[in-house]
Amino acid sequence: MAEATPPKHSARDVTTEGPVVRVVLIAIALAFAALVLILPLIVVFTEAFDGGLGTYFASLSQPDARSAIRLTLIVAAISVPANVVFGLAASWAIAKFEFWGKSFLTTLIDLPFSVSPVISGLVYVLLFGAQGIFGGWLDAHDIDIIFALPGIILATIFVTFPFVARELIPLMQEQGTEEEEAAVSLGASGWKTFLFVTLPNVKWALLYGVLLCNARAMGEFGAVSVVSGKIRGMTNTMPLQVEILYNEYNSTAAFALASLLALLALLTLALKTVLEWRFGDRITGANGH
Amino acid sequence: MDIRIANVRKEFGVFPALHGVSLDIKSGELIALLGPSGSGKTTLLRLIAGLEQPTEGEIYFGNENASYKSVRERNVGFVFQHYALFKHMTVAENIGFGLRVRPRSTRPSRREISKRASELLDLVQLSGLEKRFPAQLSGGQRQRIALARALAIEPRVLLLDEPFGALDAKVRKELRRWLREIHEKTGHTTVFVTHDQEEALELADRVVVMSQGRIEQIGTADEIYDTPASPFVFSFIGESSVLPVNVESGKVWLDERPLDLPAGGMPNGPARLFMRPHDVEVVEGGPGAIPGVVSLIRRHGGSRRVDLEVGARRDRIEIELPADFNRGTSSRIAVRPRRWRLYPAEA
Repeated sequence: MAEATPPKHSARDVTTEGPVVRVVLIAIALAFAALVLILPLIVVFTEAFDGGLGTYFASLSQPDARSAIRLTLIVAAISVPANVVFGLAASWAIAKFEFWGKSFLTTLIDLPFSVSPVISGLVYVLLFGAQGIFGGWLDAHDIDIIFALPGIILATIFVTFPFVARELIPLMQEQGTEEEEAAVSLGASGWKTFLFVTLPNVKWALLYGVLLCNARAMGEFGAVSVVSGKIRGMTNTMPLQVEILYNEYNSTAAFALASLLALLALLTLALKTVLEWRFGDRITGANGH
Repeated sequence: MDIRIANVRKEFGVFPALHGVSLDIKSGELIALLGPSGSGKTTLLRLIAGLEQPTEGEIYFGNENASYKSVRERNVGFVFQHYALFKHMTVAENIGFGLRVRPRSTRPSRREISKRASELLDLVQLSGLEKRFPAQLSGGQRQRIALARALAIEPRVLLLDEPFGALDAKVRKELRRWLREIHEKTGHTTVFVTHDQEEALELADRVVVMSQGRIEQIGTADEIYDTPASPFVFSFIGESSVLPVNVESGKVWLDERPLDLPAGGMPNGPARLFMRPHDVEVVEGGPGAIPGVVSLIRRHGGSRRVDLEVGARRDRIEIELPADFNRGTSSRIAVRPRRWRLYPAEA
């Protein structure tokens, strides 16, 4: 029977490299991840707890810090739902209907990804700022946009604009319109078709998009920093407050606040992994049926 | 419900999918739309359903002009090729969907809806599967659920788009018989699309043969098979051989040889002689027969198929002979079609 055993060198898969190459590749990847991802994360938490638990919670309960946390939550609470509505509407239109200018709209949705956040903030300053196009009119009617909550929300919505739509469009396109056609042929109205057929088919992808959108909304720095004016206790979001504290050499307080953002990132990552593991097929759209 | 389709034209952009199609469907009829892909059969079905709007022409349901009614208002049962079941709903929820989405005033109670779903499951012979999800069913079962779902809304017309297209041959045959039974039980006016001629000829009361956006022929299986209205129908339905011939002074000529076939009212000039393999018999020489050289013999079920090279251009015709045909290749035989049709040569 010994002659029936295939020679050893042929046992290796043709697309697999030798053990040395594998170990080197994995080591490089791990070292890189440790250097740029894990090490900074550890630093954030060690710095944050540098003065002990008491100092940590004291820094978080400072009025300015609390105001920054509240503002960040408000901004996310408004801009995320806004982009859910927009993302659903846009991806429904793009995936299920044919219309003139469709590819232009698709490009437009991707625009915030390719524009520097600082520029997106500046655009709103040029539009709504005191010297801006609508500045005079807004001033006359006593409406504050720049250096106030509306400006911060506008900038955040702009930056997080693509997240939901980008998740939904490919999935909806792949699912096609047959189920929707079945629903209307059975007498369902457009709204009921959306509610009972379209939405349940994309719910996990939608949740995934919301998660990414929320993480970005809470963590956005560039665009918000241009429009916020950085008024302490008023228009400082968490990332802005972290920067201010850090620049004042108050690194324990800065890192305490930063640790909250890092926790948000970890939580997002965990939820994202669970979603991908549990509903991966229904998020990416490779739906076997 | 009678359906009348009057001069319907449909264009997608600049591409014409249907050129002025007219068709009358009688109440309770089972009609097959048969044609190769791109013939416009699915477009016609979707126009009847209201899933597409005609560019021109009208569609009547009974005496009512339905042309500009939406698919919701037309109350049709539509069965899709790939079932289009709602993946996240159970079988019972799928079947009850059409009743559940009705406005409150006409919506039956929850109990009535589930009772109706059970009745329909009985009808499609899948009782007991109420709680299953579509992913847990076989293709044939899914298609039956799709039909039950379409029937739940008590449609005026039942429309099926290649209903058995995605199923394997055996299930297909079973479902075909079963659909006929359901049709007889419920009496719905039914239109189905297929590219499978066997399915169309076996199942339908009348078959509509379509090609390139036009109706080529409407008729029973016998009419379509025995008296094809056009060369397309002759070659599309069943098997056929074509022989280029000439018509002169009321006779059919193969090269310089007159055949023993009356040309009927065909004008003089080149023509095409169509015949089916099993409608050709071997004759003992004699004037007027088609002489040929056997080029290929193969067993075909209970008979033999013989390819014959005929005439100066050695055109091939296929004939069916009894299994005891014992001549070899290269032997010379003479044949004569029992049934045939002449059409003018292609322009």
